[in-house]
Amino acid sequence: MIVSDVVCPFCGCLCDDLELEVEGDRVVRVQNGCSLAEATFMNDTRLPTPIRRTKTGWEDISYDEAIKETADILKEADRPLLYGWSSTHGEAQSVGVHIAELIGAVIDNTSTVCHGPSILAIQEVGHPGCTLGQVKNRADVIIYWGCNPIEAHPRHMSRYTTFATGFFVPEAQRERTVIVVDTRRNDTTNIADEFLQVEPGGDYAVLSALRAIVRGKESVIPKKVAGIAKEQLIRVAGICKNAKFGAIFFGLGLTMSRGKYKNVRNAIELTDELNRHTKFVISPMRGHGNVYGSNEVFTWMTGYPFAVDFARGIAFYNPGETTAVDILRRGECDAALIVASDPGANFPRLAAAHLAKIPTVIIDPHVNATTALSRIHIPCTAAGIDAAGTAYRMDGVPIRLKKVIERGYPDDAELLKKIYDRLNGGGWDHD
Amino acid sequence: MTELLVKNACVIDPIRGINGDIMDIAIRDGRIVESVSDRAEVIDAHRCLTLPGGIDSHTHVCGTKVNFGRYMSPEDMRAGRTQRRGKMHVTSGYYVPTTFGNSYRYSAMGYTTLLEGAMAPLEARHTHEEFTATPHQDMLANTLFDGNWAVMDAVREKNIKKAAAIVGWTLNAVKGYAIKLTNPGGTEAWGWGEDVTSIHEMVPHFDVTPAEIITTMIQANELLKLPHSVHLHCNNLGKPGNYQTTLDTFDLVPDVNPNRQTLYATHVQFHAYGGGTWRNICSKAEEITRSVNSKPQIVMDMGQIMFCRTMTMTADGPMEFNLHCLHHNKWSNHDVELETGSGIIPVTYSKKSAVNCIMWAIGLELALLTKSPWQCLLETDNPNGAPFVKYPEVIGLLMSKRYRDEECATLHADTEGRTSLCALEREMDWHDIAVMTRAGQAKALGIINQGKGHLGIGAEADIAIYPIRTDSVDPAREYRKVVEGFQKTRFTIKRGRVVSRDGEIIVDGANATFWVNAKVPEDLRMENDPEFIKRFEQFYTVRMSNYPVQDVYLPRGRCIETEAFT
Repeated sequence: MIVSDVVCPFCGCLCDDLELEVEGDRVVRVQNGCSLAEATFMNDTRLPTPIRRTKTGWEDISYDEAIKETADILKEADRPLLYGWSSTHGEAQSVGVHIAELIGAVIDNTSTVCHGPSILAIQEVGHPGCTLGQVKNRADVIIYWGCNPIEAHPRHMSRYTTFATGFFVPEAQRERTVIVVDTRRNDTTNIADEFLQVEPGGDYAVLSALRAIVRGKESVIPKKVAGIAKEQLIRVAGICKNAKFGAIFFGLGLTMSRGKYKNVRNAIELTDELNRHTKFVISPMRGHGNVYGSNEVFTWMTGYPFAVDFARGIAFYNPGETTAVDILRRGECDAALIVASDPGANFPRLAAAHLAKIPTVIIDPHVNATTALSRIHIPCTAAGIDAAGTAYRMDGVPIRLKKVIERGYPDDAELLKKIYDRLNGGGWDHD
Repeated sequence: MTELLVKNACVIDPIRGINGDIMDIAIRDGRIVESVSDRAEVIDAHRCLTLPGGIDSHTHVCGTKVNFGRYMSPEDMRAGRTQRRGKMHVTSGYYVPTTFGNSYRYSAMGYTTLLEGAMAPLEARHTHEEFTATPHQDMLANTLFDGNWAVMDAVREKNIKKAAAIVGWTLNAVKGYAIKLTNPGGTEAWGWGEDVTSIHEMVPHFDVTPAEIITTMIQANELLKLPHSVHLHCNNLGKPGNYQTTLDTFDLVPDVNPNRQTLYATHVQFHAYGGGTWRNICSKAEEITRSVNSKPQIVMDMGQIMFCRTMTMTADGPMEFNLHCLHHNKWSNHDVELETGSGIIPVTYSKKSAVNCIMWAIGLELALLTKSPWQCLLETDNPNGAPFVKYPEVIGLLMSKRYRDEECATLHADTEGRTSLCALEREMDWHDIAVMTRAGQAKALGIINQGKGHLGIGAEADIAIYPIRTDSVDPAREYRKVVEGFQKTRFTIKRGRVVSRDGEIIVDGANATFWVNAKVPEDLRMENDPEFIKRFEQFYTVRMSNYPVQDVYLPRGRCIETEAFT
């Protein structure tokens, strides 16, 4: 059977034009997708049942047993952490927030180790952005800063930017100027019209220099700024000011290098400055398929996009204190429920080591590095493959993920509702 | 079967012509009935003021930009937090509260139905998700068409039927309720960092004017037989001298619908400025209300501002950028492909600012100078002018000249000379307030037939009982009692259930979402139009098949069907 207009749940691009060939409970062919999409749909190996660690290895347990033990672990904990959420749908995220509120837990999502600094910058200065279609239809200048879309978001350029045919840019490749800022050459820098090779940790200085030039203060710029010649900076600032519509996309090269959220703030303020001359927008390249959805759901339910601590009864937010990495690193957390993510692979060593010390349960369709740190692994559906639900694209556009096959796994939202019921001593009472 | 009897209620129900009668209200299974059995639960209202549930016909509570307002404002989240208690979830936020915060606080004030003022069609799913998490109010969504490419093409081709068919398709796809135009044409121009500055200026690249968009959409609206009229945020919001644009816009509007207005002009306070700069800005409320008083085809709402810190959020992207250049605080912008724009910035309205004081006075002048309260409804464009929790103060100001005078005495000295507020003697009565906060909204939105805004037999049992004895309170003198009384109902009843008692939410909510399916003849439907499909697939970044909002997002959807083009 052929299923068309399928949404790939893997990365923040949420491409929705895939065509899948399905045989029974397997996807056998992926068309229009990138290599990441192909792997997402085709290499979907899962545990057959929940497993629990024993002294010597693992044993199979029933879902009921796994749910009961997870609820017991959370009930007994003083400082439980609910972490992850970025690869599942909003429906599961919403149940997660209800559990956190009920038991006074900390709930955090993967922003904490990716675009958390972007959020902090936005909370200081705002976010001049747009949906990706605005860029596709209008932009004549595209800037990729500290990101490598060809590897990490392989269809970003062909669907939304450089190579996408837009209404006002019918001959995209010829009409768009591409500027790439990075510390080293990569596949993306190879297609750049201007490549600014910045010294590691020099992004803040380069952004400041560009802001100064845009404000007409080029006389204050030294001959070189973080490895980039003044002439090139002036040229690039000129390209930006003369653009009809410019778009900056940035990645972890900006958020996680020296300066962190200050880098992002500087980039946003450059965008703000450029809007006094022409039209400019800026957007983070969100990684996980529904990480932006976890920010959205957390925000309308609690007021904060990540790192929400319910221990005081109210929703409390203080990144650096209530962020998952910090709670683990301080050894404060005494039980963890991980959902739809892999902190075992992504967290600093100290934080991951603490997960192995405390009772950790992971609910995730796939075995991953976190499984090795966990006491229980409960397999479930994968949102966008065998479960439908809502995901938010990196630009905030909400898209409904489709269920394309049935594999007999329970939906993680349903598992979480059962855990909630056990903790609440009653039935699920929310929509 | 559940039954409830409200006894000894002092009822004001303007739609049925009831003004202060002491009566009983019988409720069965969520609706008002003639009588109930003696097994019914009884609430004694003790002759307190009892009104149909409050309706807000223009508020921003759910969706992409509202949530972004929260996202970017941890400082506000901290300002309004409450713990989980009984049936109440944790809430955060004062001027942009979380969905539960909005829902509980509106419910405590007796509000049972809300119209979200601006939903971008592409992001409609988000709005509906938040509607579901706003459990104690029935919800409706104004759907943005101000920069819709397909609509502008139809306007240029002078093809009203096609414009109507596009609107019909979109409302059905996104489960929207009404046509909203926010700075028509201006949001498209903002895609290039530009704006339009008069209703006769061409929108770049589209060869249409705001005036043409407005008049075409008014005709399309009537062709589709939509329950509400076109809902317009005029061009040039917030600019000194903009009243002329507003008057020019009002002059475009024919009187074509006997049941309701032909144009709903929202937050008109922001559109009633004289002068030419921030230094000589003055009130043109007299000119605006003179026009409205002579045009029954226009209903407006106040857009009252109150002195406080709040958040401005609108689809009017260029306006927000201009405001940002004045305030130098944080600025967010979010343009939506082929459809509209949006912007968000925090503001503080201060009594030290002559401009803010004049704005405050203009809102009140509009209400006091409009002869019929049915034509000037009470709201603050929440949270743009002030968070909705300020409504009781607005009511107090409208009912008491003394309250206004006391406030005026604390304002910037320029206020008196540049507005006429101090000279206005009018004091509104309880009936006027009932019109301006529910009955007028129900009529303007076209939901009287859905059982909203009145307490007649068959109506939905949405009722607000306030701790106010109208026979013993003199609102002109005891305005503080009025303000307090409207802040917290004794009982808010939603579809026959008591949901809020003395400000405490006591049940889980189960709201409904109203939307419109205007049935366009087969041969005109957009899903059968190859050119429309082709352009959609070429220029949107989602597939046309993935665009419509699935039924699962409206767990209690209430579809209003119309036979368009008949």
